[in-house]
Amino acid sequence: MSALTDRLDAIRGEGRSALIGYLPVGFPSVERSVRAMETMVAAGVDVVEVGLPYSDPVMDGPTIQVAAERALQGGTHIADAFTAVRAVADAGAPVVVMSYYNPMLQYGLERFADDLVAAGGSGAITPDLTPDAAGLWLSAARPRHLDTIFLVAPSSTQERLHMTVAETTGFVYAASLMGVTGERASVGAGAEQLVAATRAAGAARVCVGLGVSTGAQAADVARFADGVIVGSALVRCLLDHEDEDAALDALRAKTAELARGVRGES
Amino acid sequence: MTQSLSGAAGPFFGAFGGRFVPEALVAALDELTDAYDKAKHDPAFGEELDRLAREYTGRPSIMTEVPRFAAHCGGARVFLKREDLNHTGSHKINNVLGQALLTKRIGKTRVIAETGAGQHGVAAATAAALMDLECTVYMGEEDTERQALNVARMRLLGATVVPVTTGSRTLRDAINEAYRDWVTNVETTNYIFGTAAGPHPFPEMVRDFQRVIGREAREQMMALGGLPDAVLACVGGGSNAIGVFDAFLDDDGVRLVGCEAAGDGVQTGKHASSITGGRPGVLHGAMSYVLQDGDGQTQPSHSISAGLDYPGVGPQHAWLADMGRAEYWPVTDPEAMEAFRLLSRTEGILPAIESAHALAGAMKLGRELGPDATLLVNLSGRGDKDVETAATYFNLLDEESQQ
Repeated sequence: MSALTDRLDAIRGEGRSALIGYLPVGFPSVERSVRAMETMVAAGVDVVEVGLPYSDPVMDGPTIQVAAERALQGGTHIADAFTAVRAVADAGAPVVVMSYYNPMLQYGLERFADDLVAAGGSGAITPDLTPDAAGLWLSAARPRHLDTIFLVAPSSTQERLHMTVAETTGFVYAASLMGVTGERASVGAGAEQLVAATRAAGAARVCVGLGVSTGAQAADVARFADGVIVGSALVRCLLDHEDEDAALDALRAKTAELARGVRGES
Repeated sequence: MTQSLSGAAGPFFGAFGGRFVPEALVAALDELTDAYDKAKHDPAFGEELDRLAREYTGRPSIMTEVPRFAAHCGGARVFLKREDLNHTGSHKINNVLGQALLTKRIGKTRVIAETGAGQHGVAAATAAALMDLECTVYMGEEDTERQALNVARMRLLGATVVPVTTGSRTLRDAINEAYRDWVTNVETTNYIFGTAAGPHPFPEMVRDFQRVIGREAREQMMALGGLPDAVLACVGGGSNAIGVFDAFLDDDGVRLVGCEAAGDGVQTGKHASSITGGRPGVLHGAMSYVLQDGDGQTQPSHSISAGLDYPGVGPQHAWLADMGRAEYWPVTDPEAMEAFRLLSRTEGILPAIESAHALAGAMKLGRELGPDATLLVNLSGRGDKDVETAATYFNLLDEESQQ
């Protein structure tokens, strides 16, 4: 059990769904991204995903692409992710890193796992690494009790749902629709079905991401998922406001709206 | 060598290759792998592909000896495998016809493709027109500018061309954008990948569709008197190179030389020599050599040739490089352009700037081996698309025509 699963189970005990907020480290700067993550936690995010910017983010839509590109232009490094993880853990929220595979691989998977543990992180989400390709990462993460969070998609076969669920700890990340990250008018209708199929394949916890940007959407997803994952809508708050105070105000307001959503209050 | 290297099967080539992709794409890649395995063993598929090669592409492509150019290659005998004479002007058509036929077999109605120089995009648009498929081509904005003519060609063929404005605005970003399209529209859409890189089954499948180059070339060389001492080809992603190398992989006496784009020179950091100047890593779904920084962030590549301007390389090349079966040489922009100028002047053949890198390799190797050597160069494409780039490079445009 990790800080992550403890928190998700406690939230389930409250009879609600968890709000999981994503922000990339380093945008608009390392310090400001850390303050933004702390702000999210204070405003009602239950779990934080610290995004590690990558040069070729094939699963991300325009909002996160732009933020990641600027973070890299600003000189963000892998070690900065652990700084952010430490800060979020100190702020009292369970925290996971979301990273494409190559930065982890180049950093050294064992070293990455060691530093993630040392910073107080619970695990990692790997959007371009499926369990059948993740042998080296699993060997590094398992002995250190890090959660290995893999994705399922509407296109996943029964066989792959079972295989993915078997190798996943923490929660299974269910992609609500076929596509990349970004805000959308509606969450995929297939999301509920995918969550049900993932649970039927043995998943203890299933959280839903991709396309959730409003309190109403969060409330809708919260009916059937253990957690609601929001990224682009939060990143947008930082993109839209050059001024830090204004950005954090927007972030606070958006987080509060989503937090009401996962409590069925919107 | 006890085990045959020719036609090696994926997903792994030694430590390289594999499939590092989002779960959402796995079903489509599995479907493609399965369809390809079935097609490979279906005589009807092979016959249709052969018919198209003969009646549409114009295969077999001829072999041309180029003695006046060879005078600049230490007097060695130099033969060109004329993939530039294929319909659409490069080797790319060999691959797209195979993948477009496969698209029909799996019942999809739309294809997407990435393109750098535009050769693969043009070939994909051509196959889509021929087989009544909807086609969208992603092309880096910088490439749409330096290859404007090919953009127009694709549009004339009925394709939608989407300029990609993110990142370095070149081939690598076009591939990222094509992936994003595919993950969104995978139910109706097949991704016709242009090179022997990417996740399984692409490296193996694209190699197989390009093997015809080496198969023909080897027969042609044997008929001309025997195996060459060396086979040279340019390497970006590496599809024309693996296509011509494959038939010679088990001929131990034949040197295989892949010519990577060294841009301003590998030591300047402004180059696209992934094997010479990169390290193993994962890019676009496969483990191979990648130009990257210490954090695993892909570094921008640089080459005068849009088709070689890519910071990765196919996994089979990484494998051949590591085992020492093939050599990979860096060729700079000036070296390639000198070879471009020489072949044009001495033989009346305008090569693609991509292929000119292989010609530059032949100039170097020929001088090393001397007049007794026989070199086979894969002339992967023609230079019509590069006239503006070359004319600018050589300062051949009148001031009036530049306005």
